[in-house]
Amino acid sequence: MTAVVRPRRFVEPSALPGFGPALGFTMVYLSFFLLLPLAALVLRPWEHGFGHVWSVITERRTLDALKLSFGAAFLAACLNAVFGTIVAWVLVRYDFPGKRLLDAFVDLPFALPTAVAGIALATIYAPTGMIGALLDPYHIQIAYTPLGVMVALVFVGFPFVVRAIQPVLEDLHVEVEEAAATLGASRLRTIALVVFPAILPALLTGFSLSMARAVGEYGSVIFIAGNIQNVSEIAPLLIIMHLEEFDYAGAAAIGLVMLLISAVTLFALNGVQALVARRGLR
Amino acid sequence: MSAPSPARRDPPLLVAALIILAVGYLGLVVFLPLLTVFIEALRKGIEAYFSGINQSEVWSAIKLTLIVAGVAVPLNTVFGLAAAWTVTRFDFWGKNLLVTIIDLPFSISPVISGLIYVLLYGANGWFGPQLQEMGIQVIFNITGIILATTLVTLPFVARELIPLMQAQGSDEEAAATTLGANGWRTFFLITLPNIKWALMYGVLLCTARAMGEFGAVSVVSGKIRGFTATMPLQVEILYNEYNFVAAFAVASLLALFALITLAVKTVLEARFADELAAQRWR
Amino acid sequence: MSLEITNVNKSFGRFPALNDVSLLAEDGEFLALLGPSGSGKTTLLRIIAGLEIADGGAVRFGDEDLLAKPVRQRGIGFVFQHYALFKHMTSAQNIAFGMQSKARKLRPSKAEIKAKVAELLALVQLDDLGERYPAQLSGGQRQRVALARALAIEPKILLLDEPFGALDAKVRRGLRRWLRELHERTGLTTIFVTHDQEEALELADRVAVLKDGKVEQIGTPEELYHEPASAFVFDFLGDSFQFPCVVRDGKAVIAGVDVTILGAATPADGPSTAYARPDAFVVGPADGPGFGARIRDVLLAGPDARIDCVLDDDGAIEVRVPHAVAQKLAPRNRISLIPREVRVWAET
Repeated sequence: MTAVVRPRRFVEPSALPGFGPALGFTMVYLSFFLLLPLAALVLRPWEHGFGHVWSVITERRTLDALKLSFGAAFLAACLNAVFGTIVAWVLVRYDFPGKRLLDAFVDLPFALPTAVAGIALATIYAPTGMIGALLDPYHIQIAYTPLGVMVALVFVGFPFVVRAIQPVLEDLHVEVEEAAATLGASRLRTIALVVFPAILPALLTGFSLSMARAVGEYGSVIFIAGNIQNVSEIAPLLIIMHLEEFDYAGAAAIGLVMLLISAVTLFALNGVQALVARRGLR
Repeated sequence: MSAPSPARRDPPLLVAALIILAVGYLGLVVFLPLLTVFIEALRKGIEAYFSGINQSEVWSAIKLTLIVAGVAVPLNTVFGLAAAWTVTRFDFWGKNLLVTIIDLPFSISPVISGLIYVLLYGANGWFGPQLQEMGIQVIFNITGIILATTLVTLPFVARELIPLMQAQGSDEEAAATTLGANGWRTFFLITLPNIKWALMYGVLLCTARAMGEFGAVSVVSGKIRGFTATMPLQVEILYNEYNFVAAFAVASLLALFALITLAVKTVLEARFADELAAQRWR
Repeated sequence: MSLEITNVNKSFGRFPALNDVSLLAEDGEFLALLGPSGSGKTTLLRIIAGLEIADGGAVRFGDEDLLAKPVRQRGIGFVFQHYALFKHMTSAQNIAFGMQSKARKLRPSKAEIKAKVAELLALVQLDDLGERYPAQLSGGQRQRVALARALAIEPKILLLDEPFGALDAKVRRGLRRWLRELHERTGLTTIFVTHDQEEALELADRVAVLKDGKVEQIGTPEELYHEPASAFVFDFLGDSFQFPCVVRDGKAVIAGVDVTILGAATPADGPSTAYARPDAFVVGPADGPGFGARIRDVLLAGPDARIDCVLDDDGAIEVRVPHAVAQKLAPRNRISLIPREVRVWAET
């Protein structure tokens, strides 16, 4: 048979109307609100030369801020991965009064404006606050330390892991666990070798979403962080500081670096996730 | 829930321990900050609460927030409909890239979302000086706030509609077309009724985020009291002036709105599960 | 007026779905497009309706160029495989939709629409179910609403995509008969797509068999059955077995036996492949002519008895014989097998 090889068309012809206007509007809208501004982020750091970019991002203060933003986000995501899995498990598998309410409240960190969460957390963990006062006698301080930054990021990232795992756990057929039981596996063995691998890709998705969100977080952090230079100053705050000094190139440089590190991290996590999923564990 | 399969039965002690752990974590991370908002707001009594809110600055902040959401949400709704129609009803080159770009604002730090508009329209921005000469000020003005808010909330409606419309397919629209209906008639009488709950869901999440956005807005607003301070920014201003009762009082309004959002969202999810794509909220 | 399809081409990306397809449906004819999945039959149907855009070729109805018109002006009734009923509208609203979509000048009055809906509901025997929503109807009822909805625009042509695909076997048979009667009553030129050869042969005036985007054969069910144009058509219309053979003097020599070749054309002499139906075999004693075989199982249920056997030179075969023959046989018996008649096509 002589297969007619055609060049790939831009759009497959369709019986439904509106492709041109709808695509046109979408592209203009995206360009105006997203792509043009992002182009500025990519182009503007270099206007005072590469040296300026290098000096801004290798400055001790910048490095410390980046380290804090990414480090605290990573630790917060780890904490949420562990507890998020437990919460998802409990919500899917067990029945207890108030469960539905609890389920609804998992999303609160999405719904509550970050500034509101920020001042509440700062109040709770300040040395005079509800929890801060409990810890003060042991000389443990959370507010105005890197620990405080992490606490805020735990709040922001909490729902991601739960919401990623929940549907997978719900869809997991009971037969799988029954089969493991009939084959003589203990409950622990079944969970470790059958259930956990099934939710692992979702767990990784939740982890990366949680971390991505935490890295750029601002509102909930700045109140509890105390913003002490080289100690509890996060990268987004540094951007604002550069802007206030009208150092647009410096601000853009930090923003660009943050985006790049995030992209690389997400890319790596996606890679791991794809690897796990491909091993047929899903 | 019916009794679980014996293969899924866990030791009662373990179940109790896990439930307590999950409830405890949720309580600490989510409930406590929420509770704190109301406790702190009412610390000095109901009168102090109301006088905290009943200030002209606060009223202007409320008004500004409603205006900003009132512009950003309809814009993103129209965008979401156009983008979803384009992506789900046609097959064209670069479709997956377009979907990725639509998602992009979710992975950008809010501060960067504000920053990129400053890079364009700020005093040292690409277009800032020219616009200034024409008497148009974008940054430190309501326009900038609307731009930043629109960007941050850009994906919400589209993200909710795309998976749903993809799953529904275009058979009903094709049927309407064979029956002689034109594009608008098909859209309003067939498409819209099929996606109305998902649309409402997306608009709800979009509105919640638009009203609560802090990071992006704080970069572009300049925080001019009574003029460019939205509610979350007003919370920050009051908090930084140690006017805690007023700060938390305004915060409590936002928290109340968040609770209403959660309630409506939960009801929508429970009643119209099949008609929602149950997107992850970010 | 007849529907004339000439040299229609269509590809999806790099995948050619239709390759120079030409077809003619006579006025009032009931035509089936039969083929396996991926043969292009649904694509062809959707091109006629305007739901896909052809890359080239022409579709004419009488002297009207259908491809030049947008879907909504073609006036073609289309019944979707999964019905595509509007979920948020009642049966009556679904049926009325097309009439209400007409330009104001052409739109019938409310009363006329109402009367027409009632008439159509009666036609599809759903008189009392006009206020039901699709979710409250059974599969067969939905199918009929979809049909009534398509008929409401008084189409020139009716197209049905796998009309019974989503229904269970019993409902299917009932609806089939009913659809045939409906066609006789309306006299509409009707084309339907199916992958079920029994359905095509039973319902249609003529059947077009499609393979890899080409029309393999078109003809009445009798023609297809008695004069299949290719091994593919023969195989698609029923179970078949194939053997290597040598054609000599108009006979196929299989395992040393001369076997009658069916069909008008006589293939050229030389090695070829012979095709036989399972009911066209002669079962003989162990030392008889043909292939030696051992019986694995004798199944006596059904109109014909079925004999499952293993050929000595490898391969299993299940032939159908009258019960009278089968009753003398038992598992582990040795027999000989030879086709009574075969078909041979020029090798491609």
